[in-house]
Amino acid sequence: MLVFRPAVDNISFVMFLAIAIVAMSSLFVSQSAIKENGRFTFINLLLLLIIGMNGVVLANDLFTLYIFLEVTAVASFILIAFEKGKNAFEGAFKYVVLSAVASALILASLAILLMVSGGLGFYEVKDALLSSSNSKIAILAVAVFVVGLFIKGGLVPFHGWLPDAYSSAPSPVSVVLAGIVTKATGVYTLVRLVISVFGFSEPVKLMLLLIGTISIVVGALAALGQSDFKRMLSYSSISQVGYIILGLGAGTELAIAGAVFHLFNHAIFKSLLFVNAAAVEEQTGTRNMDKLGGIASKMPVTGTTSVVAFLSTAGIPPLSGFWSKLIIIVAVWKAGFHGYAAIAILASLLTLAYFLSMQRRVFFGKLADGFAGLKEAGPWIIIPALILMLITVGLGLGFPWLFGTFLMPVGSIL
Amino acid sequence: MSIEMSQQIWAYGVFAVLLFVAAAYCILVSKNLIRILIGLELFTKAVTLLLVAAAFASGRTGLGQSVIITLIVVEVVVIAVAAGIVIGQYKHTQSISAKELQDLKG
Amino acid sequence: MTTIDLLLLFLMMSAAMWTVMTPGLLYSAIGLALTSAILSVIMFQLNAPLAAVFELSVCAGLITVVFVAAISLTKPMSKQQEAQHAKTRLKRYLALPVIVVVLGWMLWSAPLNFDFLPRGIASGDEVRQVLWNTRRFDLIGQIIVILTGVFGIVVLFKNRGKEEAEK
Repeated sequence: MLVFRPAVDNISFVMFLAIAIVAMSSLFVSQSAIKENGRFTFINLLLLLIIGMNGVVLANDLFTLYIFLEVTAVASFILIAFEKGKNAFEGAFKYVVLSAVASALILASLAILLMVSGGLGFYEVKDALLSSSNSKIAILAVAVFVVGLFIKGGLVPFHGWLPDAYSSAPSPVSVVLAGIVTKATGVYTLVRLVISVFGFSEPVKLMLLLIGTISIVVGALAALGQSDFKRMLSYSSISQVGYIILGLGAGTELAIAGAVFHLFNHAIFKSLLFVNAAAVEEQTGTRNMDKLGGIASKMPVTGTTSVVAFLSTAGIPPLSGFWSKLIIIVAVWKAGFHGYAAIAILASLLTLAYFLSMQRRVFFGKLADGFAGLKEAGPWIIIPALILMLITVGLGLGFPWLFGTFLMPVGSIL
Repeated sequence: MSIEMSQQIWAYGVFAVLLFVAAAYCILVSKNLIRILIGLELFTKAVTLLLVAAAFASGRTGLGQSVIITLIVVEVVVIAVAAGIVIGQYKHTQSISAKELQDLKG
Repeated sequence: MTTIDLLLLFLMMSAAMWTVMTPGLLYSAIGLALTSAILSVIMFQLNAPLAAVFELSVCAGLITVVFVAAISLTKPMSKQQEAQHAKTRLKRYLALPVIVVVLGWMLWSAPLNFDFLPRGIASGDEVRQVLWNTRRFDLIGQIIVILTGVFGIVVLFKNRGKEEAEK
């Protein structure tokens, strides 16, 4: 007798789609980035990573969730250290330590929840938490769990591992790590648990709103001062994930729908940006933005797709990022949190600022020295870039039609 | 549950928190990578203690033991991979000092 | 029964403190094994025999072996560096016992707030039944973790053999 009811509803479908698209892009990039003799282990590890993330999405029980979180984490450690570069070991080690601390916090909270509710399934714990909602120990358990998930999702102030891990990993690993692993293990788990288990109690909402806003601002500010292309993209990731958490903290149906949509969009356009970073790194051999310049004249496809991705990140119509940010900000404003919404709008301007400066430095402007013989990246990197760009543009242009069918059912699971 | 049993569970809880503190101190203060791994192990011991106490208190010893066994399996895999990373770092830089991990700054 | 439990908890705490504060890495690893052994005895006391056996054999055995292997594969500092290091080291670590004792005393005398629903001792479900039947999906998860670990070891350790063969 198999007591296993997978949790498949609208949010899960969105996540499955996002995981599949990002993993496909990563596989394409790995064709040119990983050497022949390492390809067997790389592909197997990537498949195990996909198993882990799909298991997290399917989990209906805290125990199952924990195991598949660990599968994802272990596969990520190995993938980050795959090429055995020196910085790769440093990034991997920091990720190991912080991820193990986060897992320990999640398990400690799981123990207390076991004591409170006598079981570990989502519905049992939800009922127990509802009936003892003013107990200090239950609130402590929920807070510890949420902190553990913040560490896994890379939110400020627990983001110490994120820039090092993203920038020192090999290119296809960065694509899948930034695109979907942090989202699936940290942010999606938070969405699922707050909706199905913890409920929107006041302490939880306050934590989410605060940490979300702080992440938006700190991520945007830190991205301004970077000279390494991938590090700047990692700080931008932290900032965008802050938007998702802010939407989740507002708690209304529209806000959650916006948050999930932004999660999907972020997976797509961040993967696109990292695919472009892979193209730039492979063709020019450097990630230092001060040394690059005017590349778009030699690498037109990379330049165009990166422009589309930047505009989507900054929230410019008619791309998909604009719609999801608009929904989040409108929903937060309507829920009464005017201050947070204002900060979010201002940070959006900051996002635009650093991306414009980065675009000017790397892709446009005068061609830097030594890059006269630069060629466009190979087909294995062009194809995923084009696919991801088409998805971003398509979702953005077709959004008014998709609103009823794609978006509102997501929010209606509340 | 009876008062003395809740007193007993509180004792386990206090010691688990103290172990957490010791492990966190070890991770934060030590300069040797392998000692950081030992600190992670102590974290896991603290969580195991908490899980055993919770399983005893709620009566679900079967479920609790399954979680602990799973935790031990995962912990072995994580420590093996982490030790591999530390050894790889050593082969690169000939040292296991945590100071070497300061390269990626900013 | 309660005094034995308290004694075991104190022993475990002291073993953990010794693990953190002792300067030698090998002593630290042995301290970890000792902590695992005492934890295993505590688990026997709390009606968790299968997990206790697992903990004793795996954590006090296998993980200690992994640590000792890692320590022996990475060369420690030389003798003078070690003596110099030990002096500054004590200053850094001295805060730990103080923090632990103070925190322990504070928590012990704090008022109990067990205001959640009290659970009686329900009929404990049989471990093997839970592990193999009810939780079969999680068992698949464990197998996948072990498989991932195997791949990890292969990736991290394989090329080294080739490099050393070339030298």
